[in-house]
Amino acid sequence: MGGTVSANHDRSNLLEVRGLTKIFGTLTACDHIDLNIAKGEIHALLGENGAGKSTLVKMLFGSLEPNSGEIFWDGKAVKITSPGVAKKLGIGMVFQHFSLFEALTAAENIALSLNDGSPISTIAAKARALSFSYGLPLDPDSLVGDLSVGERQRIEIIRCLLQTPQLIILDEPTSVLTPQEADKLFETLERLRSEGKSILYISHRLEEVKRICDRATVLRHGKVVGHCNPREETAASLARMMVGSEVKAVERAPAEGIETAPALLEIRGLTRKPATPFAIPLKNINLTVRAGEVIGIAGVAGNGQGEFFESVSGEVLQQDAGSVRIRGKDAGALSITGRRLMGAAFVPEERLGHGAAPRMKLSENLLLSRHATDGKSFVGSGGMVKNSAVYSAAQRIITAMDVRKSAPDPEAAALSGGNLQKFIVGRELDRKPSVMIVNQPTWGVDAGAAARIRQALIELARSGSAVLVISQDLDELFELSDAIAVMHNGQLSAPLPIAEATFEKIGLLMGGAEPGHAEHSLEIA
Amino acid sequence: MDITVNILLTIATAATPLLIAAIGELVVERSGVLNLGVEGMMIMGAVGGFGAGYLTGSPWIGLLAAIIVGALFSLLFAVMTLSLATNQVATGLSLTLLGLGLSGMIGTSFVGQPGVRLPNLDIPVISSIPVVGRLIFGQDPVFYISIALTAAVMWFLFRTRTGLTLRSIGDSHTSAHALGIKVFRYRYLAVIFGGACAGLAGGHLSLVYTPQWVENMSAGRGWIALALVVFASWRPWRVLAGAYIFGAVWIGQLHAQAFGIPVPSQFLSSLPYLATIVVLVLISRNKRLTMMNTPASLGQPFVPDR
Repeated sequence: MGGTVSANHDRSNLLEVRGLTKIFGTLTACDHIDLNIAKGEIHALLGENGAGKSTLVKMLFGSLEPNSGEIFWDGKAVKITSPGVAKKLGIGMVFQHFSLFEALTAAENIALSLNDGSPISTIAAKARALSFSYGLPLDPDSLVGDLSVGERQRIEIIRCLLQTPQLIILDEPTSVLTPQEADKLFETLERLRSEGKSILYISHRLEEVKRICDRATVLRHGKVVGHCNPREETAASLARMMVGSEVKAVERAPAEGIETAPALLEIRGLTRKPATPFAIPLKNINLTVRAGEVIGIAGVAGNGQGEFFESVSGEVLQQDAGSVRIRGKDAGALSITGRRLMGAAFVPEERLGHGAAPRMKLSENLLLSRHATDGKSFVGSGGMVKNSAVYSAAQRIITAMDVRKSAPDPEAAALSGGNLQKFIVGRELDRKPSVMIVNQPTWGVDAGAAARIRQALIELARSGSAVLVISQDLDELFELSDAIAVMHNGQLSAPLPIAEATFEKIGLLMGGAEPGHAEHSLEIA
Repeated sequence: MDITVNILLTIATAATPLLIAAIGELVVERSGVLNLGVEGMMIMGAVGGFGAGYLTGSPWIGLLAAIIVGALFSLLFAVMTLSLATNQVATGLSLTLLGLGLSGMIGTSFVGQPGVRLPNLDIPVISSIPVVGRLIFGQDPVFYISIALTAAVMWFLFRTRTGLTLRSIGDSHTSAHALGIKVFRYRYLAVIFGGACAGLAGGHLSLVYTPQWVENMSAGRGWIALALVVFASWRPWRVLAGAYIFGAVWIGQLHAQAFGIPVPSQFLSSLPYLATIVVLVLISRNKRLTMMNTPASLGQPFVPDR
């Protein structure tokens, strides 16, 4: 316990890190980090987004250079100057944002990181054998661009295992997996531990950490704030360590009279051809969102959620105007502005560059998205912008959503991810839209801000709007939604009322069980 | 019969510089770098090759000089775009403008001077076999280099591990960097190879095609080579096909103009461009294949965070 480090280099520690520090400009991403990883343990690295977890492991893998600090490998001081050096030592890494090449085959991707001269066919055979022995079947000849995110992660893992590393670093590995796929991964990790390998497991999912990890190191704002045995902690106590204070739980009053409420958003037979070779086609999607309810769309990333959002928001127009209906009127042929004017609001997945122009002030970003819908209040006669009205509206949103910032009206890029997301969601909520569609509302947002955003979305629905939330985070969807539908391979299942939904049922649908037959498949399984 | 052989020979001579410059640029672009300076490197190769040949009297030294000048000139581009991460489009355009101006200045004293020409291959007996002898065993040495180079690049890119690594960098330099691949080393070498090829293509112009120095003698061939690479969807054999289609229509329309066919000469002059684009668009109809062969990180500056 505590941050003290023994003076002698204990040979039972595979990796020992002392005082590792990384400074980006004015931000100290990692501040004198101490970390010990024993041989044959699964060690969790816990922390909120922005706590410095990724920066730390990038230094361990040689892709970032520390400003100061020491690393000991097997008791010997080492300098990890490049990923090549890390690999030679025996450190393997499975990246959160995969480092795969889409235009190459799985076998070619694996070959690129192996640095031995053996022909691709030999490597493909080895990869196939290893993947089956670990129960992670893989077709080495398939093109990475054609694979699902879960399959891509298998390539990353197999690629890492083929290098026979002593320490495997996994950065948020389950964020792209269905619950069933995650179970499979945990089996693999336990098997690796029994083979004497060490694993550094990065996650913010506390249940997972409690389930498989032997020890945990908790980071907050770039500093180690504690070490613990996660099995002896509760999810709440771990969360408190990560966040530094109690996280207020989201409250969701039961929805009433939804069945008879008017349908504000209707999607009828929405079909879309793939725009690029690796895009997912949408197949006959039907969905109704009524006034007062929150519908969640779950699914593993890359199953058509992005394409679906583009079609519903009007970034891509539909040939059949009736395939998207807002407040009872056809909207499929209208642009984003046209749909906004009908009372809809949209929050895209990507905050910087899509949801907000990074180098423009918050007030300017507000004007950009609302000059058409709030024309009279923001733009005066002759097209002159009423700067003071825009400014005060921006301040109103900032206060309402508790956006923390360093200047009165900063550039969007100057805000942290969570605060910018609060502003973007607040910007749409401020209009009191009757239809709200949000893609990944709290991706990369700290727990406090996430709770705030979720609460605001529920309140909007209860005040009589229709809210549609697309998310990969199942915990979030269970917290928010009155019903959950699952998107798989461009198809959408029928929404499952929250009272009937379980992680297992949703997980099966995410993995591609027949839409509508979740319960049936469960019985077989 | 002789006329046909002569026409075929002129087609090969017209296609060779395009093929060499385009194959070089193909390797550069496969590594994810867009060098729009092909025209400039080519004209520098032409003036360097002519100068060295003229001063030493040896066309072979001239050819070597053309390659070296092209490579050195591309090194300037590499330092700017790779080490200093400047915009590749702007830097490439300035390289072309610089090359055109600089070559004109260097070449003022060469204007009107008689050059030296690389002799055609001449194998006793074999080269004098009718038709086949001249077409296959009687052309200039650069022709053979161009064919061998195309085959070698195809083999390198799709059959060797180094070639696979180069393609992977073109697909995603961030992924390549994360795996510990030396992105800059590969890109430097690719850019220099492209420069050497463009220089060689220029040398062919001033030492084989028209053995003399004329300002702006590359006449837009660098741009055609660039376009060929894109329309050939970054595949070597298609570049070869494109270069020869262009050469064939080019020579064909020259003959047509000489015969006095009642079609506006401007239209005839534009035919090679049209024909090449149409044919290459037709053979790259398969969108999926084209997407797979397009280097996804093409033209994006790479700045690793350390």
